[in-house]
Amino acid sequence: MYNFEYLRPRSLAEAVEAMKGEDAQALSGGQTLIPTLKARLAQPSVLVDLTGLAELKGVSRMGDVLAIGAATRHADVAASAAARAAIPAVAALAGNIGDPAVRNRGTIGGSIANNDPAACYPSAALALGATIHTSAGRAIGADDFFQGMFETALDEGELVTRVDLPIPMAANYQKFEQPASRFALVGVFVARFAGGVRVAITGASESGVTRWEAAEAALTSSFSAEALSGLAFPADGLIGDIYGTPAYRAHLIAVLTRRAVQACG
Amino acid sequence: MAKDFGIGASSKRREDKRFLTGKGRYTDDMNKAGQAYVHFLRSDMAHGRIASIDVSAAEAAPGVLKVFTAKDFEAVGGVPCGWQVTDKNGEPMKEPKHPILAEGRVRHVGDPIAAVVAETRAHARDAAELIEVELEELPAVVDMRAALSGGQSVHDEAPDNLCYDWDFPAESKDAVDEAIRNAHHVTVLELRNNRLVANPMEPRCALGEYDEADDMHTLWTTSQNPHVIRLLMGAFVLGIPEHKLRVVAPDVGGGFGSKIYHYAEEAFVTFAAKVVGRPVKWTSDRAEAFMSDAHGRDHVCKVELAMDAEGNFLALRSTTLANMGAYLSTFAPCIPTWLHGTLLAGNYKTPLIFTNVKAVFTNTVPVDAYRGAGRPEATYLIERTVDKAAREMGIDPAELRRRNFITQFPYQTPVAVEYDSGNYNATLDKVLDASDRAGFAARKAESASRGKLRGFGLAHYIEACGIAPSSLVGALGARAGLYEAATVRVNPTGSISVFTGSHSHGQGHETTFAQVVADMLGVPEDSIDIVHGDTNRVPFGMGTYGSRSLAVGGSAIVKSVDKIIAKAKKIAAHLLEASETDITFENGQFSVQGTDRSLAWGEVCLAAYVPHKYPIETLEPGLEETSFYDPANFTYPSGAYACEVEVDPETGKVTVLSFTAADDFGNVVNPMIVEGQVHGGLAQGLGQALMEGCVYDENGQLITASFMDYAMPLAKDLPSFVVDNSACTPCTHNPLGVKGCGEAGAIGSPPALVNAVLDALSDYGIAHIDMPLTPSKVWAAIDAARPAAAAE
Repeated sequence: MYNFEYLRPRSLAEAVEAMKGEDAQALSGGQTLIPTLKARLAQPSVLVDLTGLAELKGVSRMGDVLAIGAATRHADVAASAAARAAIPAVAALAGNIGDPAVRNRGTIGGSIANNDPAACYPSAALALGATIHTSAGRAIGADDFFQGMFETALDEGELVTRVDLPIPMAANYQKFEQPASRFALVGVFVARFAGGVRVAITGASESGVTRWEAAEAALTSSFSAEALSGLAFPADGLIGDIYGTPAYRAHLIAVLTRRAVQACG
Repeated sequence: MAKDFGIGASSKRREDKRFLTGKGRYTDDMNKAGQAYVHFLRSDMAHGRIASIDVSAAEAAPGVLKVFTAKDFEAVGGVPCGWQVTDKNGEPMKEPKHPILAEGRVRHVGDPIAAVVAETRAHARDAAELIEVELEELPAVVDMRAALSGGQSVHDEAPDNLCYDWDFPAESKDAVDEAIRNAHHVTVLELRNNRLVANPMEPRCALGEYDEADDMHTLWTTSQNPHVIRLLMGAFVLGIPEHKLRVVAPDVGGGFGSKIYHYAEEAFVTFAAKVVGRPVKWTSDRAEAFMSDAHGRDHVCKVELAMDAEGNFLALRSTTLANMGAYLSTFAPCIPTWLHGTLLAGNYKTPLIFTNVKAVFTNTVPVDAYRGAGRPEATYLIERTVDKAAREMGIDPAELRRRNFITQFPYQTPVAVEYDSGNYNATLDKVLDASDRAGFAARKAESASRGKLRGFGLAHYIEACGIAPSSLVGALGARAGLYEAATVRVNPTGSISVFTGSHSHGQGHETTFAQVVADMLGVPEDSIDIVHGDTNRVPFGMGTYGSRSLAVGGSAIVKSVDKIIAKAKKIAAHLLEASETDITFENGQFSVQGTDRSLAWGEVCLAAYVPHKYPIETLEPGLEETSFYDPANFTYPSGAYACEVEVDPETGKVTVLSFTAADDFGNVVNPMIVEGQVHGGLAQGLGQALMEGCVYDENGQLITASFMDYAMPLAKDLPSFVVDNSACTPCTHNPLGVKGCGEAGAIGSPPALVNAVLDALSDYGIAHIDMPLTPSKVWAAIDAARPAAAAE
């Protein structure tokens, strides 16, 4: 770790101001950032700790969306009665990220702002068609927000403040763990709405979290495992590493999508 | 009825109180006045020539005391190797120098190039970034077969990268070849024993201190054997005599073999402390551990097993390439030879055995013993081959094993060792019963109804533990004896301090050894203190590895206690005015046989130190005895393991549903601790079989350099183990009749799991999958076999 300043703002306004510093870096749960700093792979001048901001915390139902404050920890989402009632698949997803230590530090805002290609939350946000609210007053649709591996629509210094997840008729997340990191080797989030079905894939693609339009179309016309028969996700552009070739990941996408649909009932 | 103290009691581990309440004292907890810190600049290139090193900017950086390079170590030796293997032509193995800091060339990612000693860790690390190193990249030697086929060499001394080429037993070669040529059936299997990283919870740490007043060096280090470090580092590296060098290994948070060896960092801090005139500490971080702790396993093997029509084993032939890494670690050469070749009989009366082992230098981290050390590799190749043979011969795997079991003891194997005791049918019976193999077919059908493939796998193992008779290992190339020492000091009030050369780094010696002494003396366990890990307190010791502590270290304690009892009887006889031969000692009481006259333990101890009424003409005062115990033979723990798995054919994921272990450890002192040892060993063995694997790419970059890529088993990956050690045949040649239990789980479990998975996949005709059986590998095997299965 290199030396850095540490700020713990007491309001969002203070945080936004602090983020104007050169090479300022927002710190939420720190589950990616702190190991990165320890390995000396980043050298921010100042860390702006968002975890003291009460206005960024909490899970509540607001009409037809589940609103989750950006600094809400995974463990709090997993335990939230509102989340469990509105979108049980999201509560379950949060409750299976990493281990208890990770879940008691990591936050939804940190996860989607980092947009790790194997993280769980981006798949939920994308499949549910989330709206991401930011400190710049923007409300960004998930389809625009996720722009490739570790890339998002956030501007320099712009912070995620809240994630609004539309409440589906049914949803399910199937995570197949990478044996070492326990991140998603492949994760598939299926969300069924009255207006159609959305399927988002994490862990697999070199472009980060991505939708599977062919499956969405098939499932929108008939929401059943049979509707997926014969559909294959193209292996081109998928990640290959010691835990899975692109072909294996493509295969898992099909298997997990089917299982997610079956689990939706 | 379970005992509540002494031998056979499940006494709670007394050391756990400090471990569980954060009161353990580990090397990194030691802090000395004026302590400085070292950071090693390590190579990020697998193989390169050092064209230049410029340390001027680093030396001028804030807080820096000194920057060291190889030049500073010209007067000292390299890290020595403790075992010399002689190859098949009678030549000694190639033994290139392993410098403290890289000399001229870097040979693996992580090889230390320079070291910065500074006021703080941050100063040292900051300054290390200012060192300018110019490396000219050389081709990396990674794959063992490629290493042997010419081209780039890791060391000029070994142009073909061959450390040694070893035949064993050389005289059996022709007979084995002929038996295989003429056999009814030969089962052939090629397999790889995957490279592992030990990953003890506590990373390595070393703190060197030099006291100019009495010219005394002290090294605190994370070691399994402080006396061995004192010997290797003092005599071979730094030239410091024993009386001027103290090595302390305080609480150590796990070793699994990786903390046996003498490492360059230990010599560095000891040396640097004198140069800079300040204590110098190094604490490895996890990333450093991956690229500097010795790795384990990494064998590539071909096995052939010849049988007659009834499945009787006629001959076994194996050829093994064993990866040594870039330098020879302390015990590396003996692992694939004397700890592997001598175990190739397994539990079977195979009359003819021959192996050839080629040890190979590569541009990877040095490889040495890891929990089991050579014996897991032997067990894996035998038990996988036997399982494949059973399938090919159409004989039930349990039956094929029974047909070939050794049943008469002692048994002289064709590979040098003599098994003293065992009952392999008994452990097999136990494991088949406890795992309910009879009910397996119904369980398999139930799994099938859910689209899952269920498999049942068996494996037997034999170990050579209680390492080792000194004269024997000396003849085989060991550069040390492998006895153990113990001093038992009875204090004036009868309390007891035991000084053992064994070292506990998780094994629970403080509890187990106290139980042995308490049992022999009939005194409370809490009146006994077990002292270990300090060369200034313990007379001598060879340390803890090879499941030797109770069998060898415990025996040394027993010998000392025997001497104590003999002397105390003399004192008691004098005090009781009786003949020594009439004195009995039981439950802490000295009695004159046939009378009601007796003395308590404490009274006799006090008399030894307050010798007012004492046979002073014939007996010295005091009550303290030291013994060195050199074992007559290895011990031979054995056992039968059963594993039941379910495979998801759609994803390749393997779920371990149950694991049953029936071990023969001889007599057991503390059943709870033994069960814990088996649990830990099973977790590591199943980890190796299921998920652990250290991977280098073709450029010698370590792909699995953190826990993000190197998979470790979690509790949720493992079932609740069923462990039994009631099928016990005591060791015949040590006083406690014990065999050792530390490595068994890691030795026997990998083949049991792999056999179970292949049983689950039997419909696909998949003959073998190399460990670790990750989902992607299992799925790839299924996917490749699917057309064939469909066509049938």
